[in-house]
Amino acid sequence: MSLAYREALLNLIYLAVSILFIFGIKGLTHPRTAVRGNLISAVAMLLAVLGTLVLKQVVGLWVILAGLVVGSAVGAYLALTVQMTAMPQLVALFNGFGGGASVLVAWAALIEAVKSAAPDVLSAAADAGVATTSVAGGYQMGVATAASGLIGAVTFWGSLVAYAKLEELEQFKKPVSLPYHQWINAGLFVLTLLLGAWISANPASTASAWMYLPLVLVASVLGVTLVIPIGGADMPVVIALLNSYSGLAAAATGFVINNNVLIISGSLVGASGIILTQIMCKAMNRSLTHVLFGKLGPTGNTATADEVYGGKVKATTAEEVAMLLEGARRVVIVPGYGMAVSQAQAAVRDLYNVLESRGTQVEFAIHPVAGRMPGHMNVLLAEVNIPYEKLQEMDAINPTFEQTDVAIVLGANDVVNPDARTNPQSPIAGMPILDVDKARTVVVVKRSLSPGFAGIPNPLFAMDNTLMYFADGKQAILDLVSAVKQL
Amino acid sequence: MDPNLIMLLTIFALAVFVGFEIITKVPPTLHTPLMSGSNAISGITLVGAVLSMNQSHPVITGILAFLAVALATINVVGGYLVTHRMLSMFKRKG
Repeated sequence: MSLAYREALLNLIYLAVSILFIFGIKGLTHPRTAVRGNLISAVAMLLAVLGTLVLKQVVGLWVILAGLVVGSAVGAYLALTVQMTAMPQLVALFNGFGGGASVLVAWAALIEAVKSAAPDVLSAAADAGVATTSVAGGYQMGVATAASGLIGAVTFWGSLVAYAKLEELEQFKKPVSLPYHQWINAGLFVLTLLLGAWISANPASTASAWMYLPLVLVASVLGVTLVIPIGGADMPVVIALLNSYSGLAAAATGFVINNNVLIISGSLVGASGIILTQIMCKAMNRSLTHVLFGKLGPTGNTATADEVYGGKVKATTAEEVAMLLEGARRVVIVPGYGMAVSQAQAAVRDLYNVLESRGTQVEFAIHPVAGRMPGHMNVLLAEVNIPYEKLQEMDAINPTFEQTDVAIVLGANDVVNPDARTNPQSPIAGMPILDVDKARTVVVVKRSLSPGFAGIPNPLFAMDNTLMYFADGKQAILDLVSAVKQL
Repeated sequence: MDPNLIMLLTIFALAVFVGFEIITKVPPTLHTPLMSGSNAISGITLVGAVLSMNQSHPVITGILAFLAVALATINVVGGYLVTHRMLSMFKRKG
């Protein structure tokens, strides 16, 4: 096969791959087609890689194959051994690796461009009658490489910091704010733009290939400083956004090496990531700018914990809650991040089973940002076989709280704070919440009265119809299950 | 401007629109699988990684290519597998 013929064939394969990716993503948006969608997209990826390996003259095939083997083994090991509760961190980690790969590919292309631009190589190639290089030329090369380096490095380091935060590594647990943090970020960003502009103005020069290093270095620092001040509860937004970035990094790399399939797939992922980010922001009634640059915290107008709780909090026990549940016809369980932390999902399933077997109707109220990634609670409850139709979205379940006998809040806090609805001065004012306070009785399972991510007291805990069940989430539910069984 | 670049920009712009259009009304249950599944697709940079080693600087581009291929493959293989694992949990009870 001639070179031109193989190029054409490969581009047709890339076209098929792009179409399959579109079908794949589309499939992932509907429960019935999701499994098939994921498989279609995996087959498309395999096709793209195999087609490239067979039809392109791959330099250093053994090096490439070694990379494929190592990557597959590590990827498969991580994916098959991860606990469902650790899913957010793993997604963040994979995401970072994709961004990191884009940085490296763009750099290698830049190095190749430098060599290809040398006059002796060009004339030698012209003599031999072969295409010198597949990489882009001129300014496109420079701008695209700079963009790959910038976005890829921010994605890589941002994702690693997100991973560390989600894994709750000691040093990263708390949001870290430097003095003049936003100015530092702005300064770093401007610096990356200047370095990028320099590379763009001097594409395919040896100096550019070196200048790429400081660009990646500064962008790496920026990736860390961008994510490090963001608190745990905002992680769903950050992960969705970083996901979008990793797509954009791949698209930029597509411009570097003149490759359609990278551009198309990268921008598909970039766009879908942005949409998920918007969904998450909406669920918190915050703008993306506010999540990234604003701090959430008590303002002068909020009541202190003592004013809110003083003498009004009623503690309860497993036995008392069990008796409440015995008389209940309808129970709604509201899981939050606390359920993931205490690994209480299996105990929750037992509680669900024992209540349902007694004829009590049990449903789960899922707030869109409960947990640490989009859909976190759904994954955990699916893991323990809670039927899909028992998980209710916020808008569907809110009108039913008034007919609910007992609402059990398990490790959720800010998403059930009635202040969001009633107190316009509150920092979370206007955030859509689950109206558990309208249930006849609310049982809040919590270790202590410590505030949630927003750092504000929750008037729900002091309401007349609220009982506080102070305990570790998993132990609390286990005790509750045995108490119900003993009735 | 280079006509090839204009072509690529056209493709890029249209693909972004397609991306926005195909993701509408995603049920919350699928937020995580959608994210990890599309995350696996962003590992398409693997195609670039496979081609990133070149003869002129075999050592440096060889190292870069190996690392890029390994990282992108972790992203791809891990991403698809973990998405499949999650989705099969949902599927069990239909």
